[in-house]
Amino acid sequence: MVQAAMEKTKNMLERFAEVDKILERNGKNKAKLIRILQEVQEEYKYLPEDIMAYVANSLGLAPAKVFGVATFYAHFALSPKGKHVFRVCDGTACHVKGSQKIIDALRSELKLEDGQTTSDDMVFTVETVSCLGACGLAPVLVIDEDVHGQVTADKAMELVRALREQEKA
Amino acid sequence: MIVETKTVTVDGMEVVIDNDRNLLELIRRAGVEIPTFCYHSDLSIYGACRLCLVDVEGRGIMASCSTKPEAGMKIRTNTAEIREIRKVTLELLLANHNRECPTCSRSSNCSLQDLARRLGVDTIRFKQLEEMKPIDKSSYSIQRDPNKCVLCGDCVRVCHEVQGIGAIDFANRGSTACVAPAFQRDLNAGECVNCGQCAAVCPTGALIPHQEREDVWKAIENPKKTVVAQIAPAVRVALGEYFGMEPGAVVTGQMVAALKRLGFDEVYDTVFTADLTIFEEANEFLGRYTKGEKLPLFTSCCPGWVKFAETYFPDFLPNLSSCKSPQQMFGSLAKKVLPAQLGVAKEDLVVVSIMPCTAKKTEAKLDKFKTDGQPDVDHVLTTQEIGRMIRAAGIQFDELEPEAFDMPLGFGTGAGVIFGSTGGVMEAALRYVVEKVENKPLTKVEFKAVRGLESLREAELDVAGNKVRVAVVHGLKNARDLCERIRAGEVHYDFIEVMACPGGCIAGAGQPIAHDRNIRQRRMQSIYNVDKSMQVQKSQDNHFVVDTYKEHLGEVGGHEAHHLLHTVYEQHNQFFDARVPILVDATENDLPVTVTIGANGSAETGQKVLASLVDYVKGNKLTNKVNLYAAFSPRSLKGNTTTVTVGEHTLSACDADEALTAIKKAIK
Repeated sequence: MVQAAMEKTKNMLERFAEVDKILERNGKNKAKLIRILQEVQEEYKYLPEDIMAYVANSLGLAPAKVFGVATFYAHFALSPKGKHVFRVCDGTACHVKGSQKIIDALRSELKLEDGQTTSDDMVFTVETVSCLGACGLAPVLVIDEDVHGQVTADKAMELVRALREQEKA
Repeated sequence: MIVETKTVTVDGMEVVIDNDRNLLELIRRAGVEIPTFCYHSDLSIYGACRLCLVDVEGRGIMASCSTKPEAGMKIRTNTAEIREIRKVTLELLLANHNRECPTCSRSSNCSLQDLARRLGVDTIRFKQLEEMKPIDKSSYSIQRDPNKCVLCGDCVRVCHEVQGIGAIDFANRGSTACVAPAFQRDLNAGECVNCGQCAAVCPTGALIPHQEREDVWKAIENPKKTVVAQIAPAVRVALGEYFGMEPGAVVTGQMVAALKRLGFDEVYDTVFTADLTIFEEANEFLGRYTKGEKLPLFTSCCPGWVKFAETYFPDFLPNLSSCKSPQQMFGSLAKKVLPAQLGVAKEDLVVVSIMPCTAKKTEAKLDKFKTDGQPDVDHVLTTQEIGRMIRAAGIQFDELEPEAFDMPLGFGTGAGVIFGSTGGVMEAALRYVVEKVENKPLTKVEFKAVRGLESLREAELDVAGNKVRVAVVHGLKNARDLCERIRAGEVHYDFIEVMACPGGCIAGAGQPIAHDRNIRQRRMQSIYNVDKSMQVQKSQDNHFVVDTYKEHLGEVGGHEAHHLLHTVYEQHNQFFDARVPILVDATENDLPVTVTIGANGSAETGQKVLASLVDYVKGNKLTNKVNLYAAFSPRSLKGNTTTVTVGEHTLSACDADEALTAIKKAIK
């Protein structure tokens, strides 16, 4: 029992040790809060509440301030995301070129309920963004780091299937 | 040589530029009242509400709060276009506002309501789109209604810039933007110290003092109960404003008369226990000064400051005076002596405080201020709330014949009265200390060096050859700066007074909402005038207090006095620490025990304490009585120590044995 408890605290301490590294890398500088949060998000795929509070207390900032910054930028996620993140551009050009059909197709394929963005199996997340600045390629879909232009609903389904195969392998 | 004066024209009038902070202040100085929500002269300029728009020829429409005056500007403040923009802005704000105006405690004293009326908003063309959000009633001090927020940010800036806390901030953006505590938690779950300055600057009813009027009406109307009031010093120089009197009007006698009319059985004065505080605290200071230990001594009258110290400066807690605040001293004393004196059962005695303060409401609810499970102070009303009750009862306040406080707990000295202003506690203590040390009657009772509104006042006194260094700060940001300098060893003092609210209690968040920009000076002046007009100006000359020692308390600072009038402090800095369950089952009412482990390099001792507690709880089959958690703190814990929280009590620098003793005691 004692061992299990020690294991639990050890895991937590390792978790914060990672954050400490990020903080050290940025010189524990309040002015680098956004950079720090970005690095935290790279590490955990989202901003866990305990880590945000830890960052705030370490930098001498009010936790409410860090929460304010984290909720201001669409880039930051406050809940865990799936392994693969689909970002559908819904800016003016993409919208006109039919981005809504792509969004609908993806949501229905992944069985996302109203307001839900991540599939129950935590593999896929579907988000919209306002403009990716690639209007010439409209409609645009970004999967993780890869940009796909002139996407159709069918093309999007293909990409989902390909990733599913990849996950099985 | 002719010095050319720089001028602008405001609606055709020529106005000289005179070091104005911005166009807004210049225009207001010229006698044109520009509407604003987000502009507050004590705070940084924000420029969000877009109501202070003016038309500058050749430049167009701009926010006057964030524009510097320049020579030759031709400014128009009242064009059709500006009126239309302001009106639409107000309409949009009102569209999503909870327009329950008649029932709002800020009705008739609300900037939104006032401006809508002034600017002639007679219809709202936009539909209410947002759903009503829940009201945060978690705090005993402040109620937060997001549906009445206009996002001016005054509260955010006062909490951050003046109080140095930042318990609330903007969250989200665009149409979902709101003001919220960290992680959208309840207000009482974080570092809010309950000072209520957010509510004092809120232009609407989004932040208001928590209301306890109904509880007090019930007590008054219950024939079995004897209801006694204590009134804080600062109330007497502000309550009159609620009834349209001059800022700072002194209404002591009318206030007593009004409370009697409301049905309070006895009306006493918190000034009595302010004097009592001086006996205890000045002697505590003399004791520490003589021994040279635990200096500087910090005052502890202000519950906002006490929670601030418990949260941010736990290392200074031994330096806090152990004296309860005058409010709580009154509660303890009243529940001890009044039942016999008034011939009532203790459980039928109800003590109600009338306070300029919202933090006092939470203070009165703390476990440590309960005796046999009953609070020493049953209810706390703000000046605003008692004003509302007086009005509700139909009492014509300005026509009342003044009445006197009831004796003996209604007798106070000038020294107790000045507790209501920043610097007052220090001055009252000095009147006691100097007379006692010099051992001859003190004839000059005024200590002007500690008076005033500068953020920090210092004085070095020569008391019978001893050098005594004192400081007075108000506003918690100033207190934070001072504490950090003391921590760094840059400055040294013997005795420090801290008040959370700028100006002290006279400008507490429970006082009537003030629009006069010199409100602090005016109320402060009145407090010192009251002091001057008192026959007795030194706490030590309050013979009723001397009698109370003889009859009930024994020696000053003695055993009984300590038991009744002193308290203890606890570290409270773990609000946002990560917590993981270690041994937790679903049994209800389990005692929560949290071991805080330093997450940066000082984890080992904490882990050891946790291991011993796991062993103990498991070994003695206590899992259905205790829930064990581990918390992780980024603060480097002093001397590699561990903090353990047992129930509501925090034990700092705690080892396993000490924690076990506390747990055993708590589950008994």
